[in-house]
Amino acid sequence: MRSKRTDNHTWRKIKSALASTTAFVSAILVILPLGLVFFHLLINGISSVNWDFFTKLPAPVGEVGGGMANAIVGSLELLAIAGAIGIPVGVLGGVYLAEYGSARINSVLRFLADVLNGIPSITWGVVVYGLIVLRFKSFSALAGGLALALIMIPLILRTTEEVVLLVPNGYREAALALGVSRWKTIVHIVMKTASKGIITGILLALARVGGETAPLLFTAFGNRFWNHSLHEPIAALPLQIFTYAISPYDDWHRQAWAGALVLVTGIFCINVLVRFVTRDRGASVA
Amino acid sequence: MSAITVKEAETIRPAQARMSPPSRFGDKAFEWLTLAMASAVVVLVILIGWELWIGSSLAIKKFGFHFLTTSTWDPVAEQFGALPFIYGTLVSSAIALIIAVPLGIATAAYLTELAPLWIRQPLISLIEMLAAIPSVILGLWGIFVMVPWLRNYPFPFLKQYFGWIPLFTGPIYGPCMFAGGIIIAIMILPIITSVSREILRSVPDLQREAAYALGATRWEATRIAVLSYAKKGLFGAVILGLGRALGETLAVTMVIGNTPQIVASLFKPGYTLASVLANEFTEATTDIYLEALFEIGLVLFGITILVNLLAQLLLRTIATTSATRAVQ
Repeated sequence: MRSKRTDNHTWRKIKSALASTTAFVSAILVILPLGLVFFHLLINGISSVNWDFFTKLPAPVGEVGGGMANAIVGSLELLAIAGAIGIPVGVLGGVYLAEYGSARINSVLRFLADVLNGIPSITWGVVVYGLIVLRFKSFSALAGGLALALIMIPLILRTTEEVVLLVPNGYREAALALGVSRWKTIVHIVMKTASKGIITGILLALARVGGETAPLLFTAFGNRFWNHSLHEPIAALPLQIFTYAISPYDDWHRQAWAGALVLVTGIFCINVLVRFVTRDRGASVA
Repeated sequence: MSAITVKEAETIRPAQARMSPPSRFGDKAFEWLTLAMASAVVVLVILIGWELWIGSSLAIKKFGFHFLTTSTWDPVAEQFGALPFIYGTLVSSAIALIIAVPLGIATAAYLTELAPLWIRQPLISLIEMLAAIPSVILGLWGIFVMVPWLRNYPFPFLKQYFGWIPLFTGPIYGPCMFAGGIIIAIMILPIITSVSREILRSVPDLQREAAYALGATRWEATRIAVLSYAKKGLFGAVILGLGRALGETLAVTMVIGNTPQIVASLFKPGYTLASVLANEFTEATTDIYLEALFEIGLVLFGITILVNLLAQLLLRTIATTSATRAVQ
């Protein structure tokens, strides 16, 4: 009887250890692709990341060489357009949720924002195609930027709301007690206090849409040359990577790896930057 | 002394009275401005539905309900049926969930319950980094690294030993439904893991303490007191992952083979709703072709919005802001 009990106990301990090991192996399997992707990006991409890559236009089909200068600049341009539309709407919308909205309105808006965050990004491409491209009969930088902006809005709205809610009420009360009007209190005291968190949210949203390809396929469309106007198609780094990756040319494959390495490095720099910005404050947002 | 102060105060008072009260205009204007911006989310939901509906109205009229139940996709003959795409989307997402759900939940349990403390934060950061990898880059890696590896090692193995199951029969090309499912699994693992982790973290410590007090081992406490307590929330996390899986576009497009067909074998190429949009939208030469693609978009939007609504409702009942925070 007694020995049976100890056996049982040992067995339970073994089972617990087994479960821990299984969970550990799962965790390793989850992060394994990260390591593999990085490893292959480095060994396949590093040799093609050179001066030409950053300064030259794509070479004509069939010729070796050329770079992705227009795609890198194009991506930055698209992010600028997306930011110009998405940041004010997202930030001010988030401020409304945190400062004004009644509980019922807020829960509806929050719910919709969360649902929007789950909409496939290619849907935004289709919507902007119908809204802008069909209407103006041309793929354009404006359409691409708008598609990215629409993805950013619910993201920024939610992060802004959360950090603004973290600002202690005493700050608001102190400002109001001094006779400062409510909107000035919000802009100069509350948003200023929360600015680090708001900027974090904005940067993360930019990093997220900076790697988006699907919504750009039929809005920005891509361009093998420099873009000269907002009403023309424009190149973007993720778009160029996609086109090159599915092409039959070896040289283009090499450039796709190089482009991917550059894109991932950019996105990770933003993420690391954000982590440093938020760490010393303790109020992590992301 | 005090008499003087009172006197001073009296002399000051009229001057104060002359100051006009702060204007209400700025306050009202700012409130309305922010309200207008916040209502963007309502506008966006309506905008998506409206644009997709208008864009596909002709196709809806012409094909009706058959659009969803027929499987011919022939732009030249102007015959459009979305069934193979719906099938491909569901099957690839199912494969993804079968792989990602156990791994994701086990990892979440490891991170909150079982792992030594020092290892937790680095692992969480790595998973966040995985979430930050753009779809197109995972697709690039998928085409040139994962698919050739799958074709050379695991697939022949599966075929040899499990070839009697119809799922693992037929020639092995490389790009196929199975590869698509695996790449989607990698894409949705971070979100399933991080949302599950938030859910498990929100389980009250009292639960764990009670289990340990009864002499439970670490795993028993995790299973009985934590995992079963958080069942509903974890289900929410899975549904949320499903929502992302259904809409995954670029990475899948690059490895699934892009052939609209309904076959049992997972080694055969497939096609998903999102990838047909990605591949054919700019090639749509006729109006009806474009409208059919818009209708594909509408179907995709309809499915994902239902799945996301369900996920939000499930997660909302847990009512942790941190869980919704992890969603982003």
